[in-house]
Amino acid sequence: MICQECKQRTATVHFTKIINGEKSEFHLCEHCAREKGDLMMGQTSGGFSLNNLLSGLLNFDPSGVPAPAQQMRCETCGMTYAQFSQVGRFGCADCYQSFSSRLDPLLRRIHGSTTHTGKVPERSGGIIKKRKELHELRQQLQQKVQLEQFEEAALLRDRIRALENEIEQG
Amino acid sequence: MSVSDFLKNATSKWMRDDGPESDIVISTRIRVARNLAKYPFPLLATDSQAEAIIEDVQRAIQQPAFRKLGNFELLRCKNLTELERNVLVEKHLISPNLAEEVRHGAVVLRDDEAVSIMINEEDHIRLQCIVPGLEISSAWQLANQLDDALELTLNYAFDEKRGYLTACPTNVGTGIRASVMMHLPGLVITNQIHRILQAISQVGLVVRGIYGEGSEAVGNLFQISNQLTLGQSESEILGNLQVVAKQIIEHERQARRQLMRDNREQLEDRICRSFGILSYARRIDSKETMQRLSDVRLGIDLGIIKGVSSRILKELMVMTRPAFLQKYAGQELAPGERDWRRASIIRERLRMDDSQI
Repeated sequence: MICQECKQRTATVHFTKIINGEKSEFHLCEHCAREKGDLMMGQTSGGFSLNNLLSGLLNFDPSGVPAPAQQMRCETCGMTYAQFSQVGRFGCADCYQSFSSRLDPLLRRIHGSTTHTGKVPERSGGIIKKRKELHELRQQLQQKVQLEQFEEAALLRDRIRALENEIEQG
Repeated sequence: MSVSDFLKNATSKWMRDDGPESDIVISTRIRVARNLAKYPFPLLATDSQAEAIIEDVQRAIQQPAFRKLGNFELLRCKNLTELERNVLVEKHLISPNLAEEVRHGAVVLRDDEAVSIMINEEDHIRLQCIVPGLEISSAWQLANQLDDALELTLNYAFDEKRGYLTACPTNVGTGIRASVMMHLPGLVITNQIHRILQAISQVGLVVRGIYGEGSEAVGNLFQISNQLTLGQSESEILGNLQVVAKQIIEHERQARRQLMRDNREQLEDRICRSFGILSYARRIDSKETMQRLSDVRLGIDLGIIKGVSSRILKELMVMTRPAFLQKYAGQELAPGERDWRRASIIRERLRMDDSQI
């Protein structure tokens, strides 16, 4: 495929932009993609930079209804949702809480998921770790019961009880 | 200063060593994004908050658990010259963004330069480990240990549902970006690369140039990294990258075998011409350098060129960058002068190997 900008080099950057439900496709060579990226960086509307791309995602509302979310504000750092959707970056950790009602669809679009399943900080995440372990043990218990492996199930049940106690006592 | 003296100081240990699959995988890099709970993200942090973040990290790296992991030094961007900052960028130790963050930026470097911790970049902390070859799990093991050691004294911004909270929602969750830099001339010459890169993008991985987001893939070097950070655990993310990297390596080896079988004459001609140009050119720009170096490295890997170290690609791709050339020359150089110096440093480097045969 030939670059749609210079019509000479091979297009290696393929790119679809959806803003307000309108879809446009770009097929550019690296050279033109970079130039276009530089040009569009300076403008406020759309562009090729990651943050501009994100801002396109953030402002995209499938229902087409203007979002009251634009007025939401993070009490901790003062960032508004409108500012966030322009720069594509949060002002502080609490923004995640402040804008949480709008985050799930956004995170699903970026990551295909909304929930962390990875590492938990060793020191500060103690209780979270225990709750995770509890969740896993309960799943294992169910499996053992289904397989009628009751001896192992009993062992798991005891560990679950002990862990539940630990969590209750903090 | 001779090139060999310069090399000792210029290249990091990971550039000199080889790792598994190093005929194709140049290096593995893992970056971990973390933020401290009590401060606004760098975008909104005040001067005094930015300073306090640097001091918190400085205290954290002085803890015994951290010092066990190597010798570290903290450098503030404001105490470095522009040239020094650019050299750090060319060595992949800091990002171009941090190089511009003169007021608040800082970096912690381990003496072997396999670890760097950027402070006040897009996130408060961006910890990075680079190792030679395809070594995803050992790079993660090191990053994980460093992360745990920092967390002993630093309170990270962490949420049970969202994971590690980052300034940009594209990094939230694990906060890790793992990437392997691969040299894929076989796939490029046999025109298979686009098909493969397209397939990669369908499994949640992304391909970039060697200097990160927005940079060009020159010299047949491709950086493949995970795109998703939320919803998958670290081991799933890293395992996925490992599997795909292995498959690409296999395809690249097949392409090389195919070229040797079906187009050997053409290939040898191309490789030897590139070797000739690098050995005798008086002026050469950086793009042509990378293309020719890629050919020469392929020639070394295939046994067509003998007596030249396979490290040549790694070494020269850093040494012939603008900031490095100027550091070596000890003066500012206009672009035309750089082409002249670049050609001369390449000739000298090639002769160095020649004299060792």
